[in-house]
Amino acid sequence: MSNKKLIYLDNNSTTPCDPRVVEAMIPYFYEHPGNAASRNHPFGWEAEGAVDLARERIAKLLAVDPKEIIFTSGATESDNLALKGVFEMYKSKGNHIITATTEHKAVLDTCKKIESMGGEVTYLDVQADGLIDLAALEAAIKPNTILISIMWANNETGVIQNMKAIGEICAKHGILFMSDATQAVGKIQVHPKEVGVHLMAFSAHKMYGPKGVGALFVNRKGPRVKVTAQMDGGGHERGMRSGTLNVPGIVGFGKAAEIAMNEMEADFKRVAKLRDKLEQALLAKLEESYINGNTDHRMPHVTNISFKHVEGEGLMMTFNQEIGVSSGSACTSASLEPSYVLVALGLGDDLAHSSIRFSLSKFTTEDEIDYAIDAVAKGVNHMRDLSPIWEMYKEGVDLTKIVWDNH
Amino acid sequence: MAYSEKVLDHFKNPKNVGTLDKNKKNVGTGLVGAPECGDVMRLQIEVDEESGVIKDAKFKTFGCGSAIASSSLATEWLIGKSLEDAGKIDNMDIVEELALPPVKIHCSVLAEDAIKGAIQDYKEKNGLTA
Repeated sequence: MSNKKLIYLDNNSTTPCDPRVVEAMIPYFYEHPGNAASRNHPFGWEAEGAVDLARERIAKLLAVDPKEIIFTSGATESDNLALKGVFEMYKSKGNHIITATTEHKAVLDTCKKIESMGGEVTYLDVQADGLIDLAALEAAIKPNTILISIMWANNETGVIQNMKAIGEICAKHGILFMSDATQAVGKIQVHPKEVGVHLMAFSAHKMYGPKGVGALFVNRKGPRVKVTAQMDGGGHERGMRSGTLNVPGIVGFGKAAEIAMNEMEADFKRVAKLRDKLEQALLAKLEESYINGNTDHRMPHVTNISFKHVEGEGLMMTFNQEIGVSSGSACTSASLEPSYVLVALGLGDDLAHSSIRFSLSKFTTEDEIDYAIDAVAKGVNHMRDLSPIWEMYKEGVDLTKIVWDNH
Repeated sequence: MAYSEKVLDHFKNPKNVGTLDKNKKNVGTGLVGAPECGDVMRLQIEVDEESGVIKDAKFKTFGCGSAIASSSLATEWLIGKSLEDAGKIDNMDIVEELALPPVKIHCSVLAEDAIKGAIQDYKEKNGLTA
């Protein structure tokens, strides 16, 4: 191994911790070991105080009340709690949930489970740019619809939904609105109450906090939303989520929220410039490259690009000793299907297999982007030299007319 | 998933990348896979008509590292073999040589099919099919 620093452009998978977050956490592993639920001694009070402060910082970032923050182990648990919790709590009102085909697996698989529990779920298709068709959403509402669950920003494309418009539709029909905002919180302004979101899942480790801690925002007033607990035990978190609180994790989560509150705007202005540089340089250097998803309503740090006639996993292999990214192509015998998110955008499977997601962070430097541009362009050219379909395309063969032997 | 050294070597320095003239009578072409499945392999052989020995082989592959390594290795093995021996190359030989993990076995199957496709094409062109 060389000493060369690795370049991390897979921040939608997880972000590194901000050093200030780690520093804030350390005392809660040893100096302050208390359980936040221990009410009768200073160790417990210290832990409780630290959790309260974290809850306030997170609430401030979201412009909500601290009492509306329920700590969990992460966004997947929050999604499960919100969806299953609402389904069980509001059974008498109906059993129909509307969501979209581009949602994260934590939402989709939970919805599948709800179907097996007697629920009815509509999976809305999205438009070619990844945005929800608002008319189609409204048309999908039925008398027994209790919840609409639409993610704030997509993990693969970064596309940001029109939350305000969806919130208005929910309000008009008296339906609860839930959002998985894991990719948005701490990076762009996310104020659930302003757009009529009643439940919102998010996680610390996507916003420079630690892994293993997340939260669910649950609206307390107008309407007062309740969810049935999915974990039974000591009745922590106002009865909605039992289990000893992860105090160091929560402290780190709170610190990350405070840092985001103060710095995210400036950070992401800079990050957006680097993202744009990367994207524009690659599109200029490499013909037949396409951005996936709407570019006007998109997270500032993400770009998802398909390099036609190059397979994503192979392409990654040309530079993955130096650069970490993620591909929409899953080339394993277990799953030959490419990214379902990109397929939902109407991309052919071939273009979906050719996609790479670059997700930057506030720690990404211009030197790293310059290096990545060069390495990716070289990789794509190398893979095209090896690609029989690129050769056919260059010779003017109509690839759609070939009878492929589907393996 | 980590790749074996042999896969990495074939991927970084693929052997016999290229294109033979598919219109030549002594060239057989096998094209297998599909873009929507994430891999397409084209393998070509050029046969010495007098001896029936494969004197050259070329490939181009759209696919992951294992698919590229499998086809690169296949071309290496093909050169110098008689058509009969070439037809005996088994996908499990490729799996073993490249230490492919179970999820990548389909890459070796694709390579075996491409070899068989190229031989078949050559035989059809030359009226050698039974």
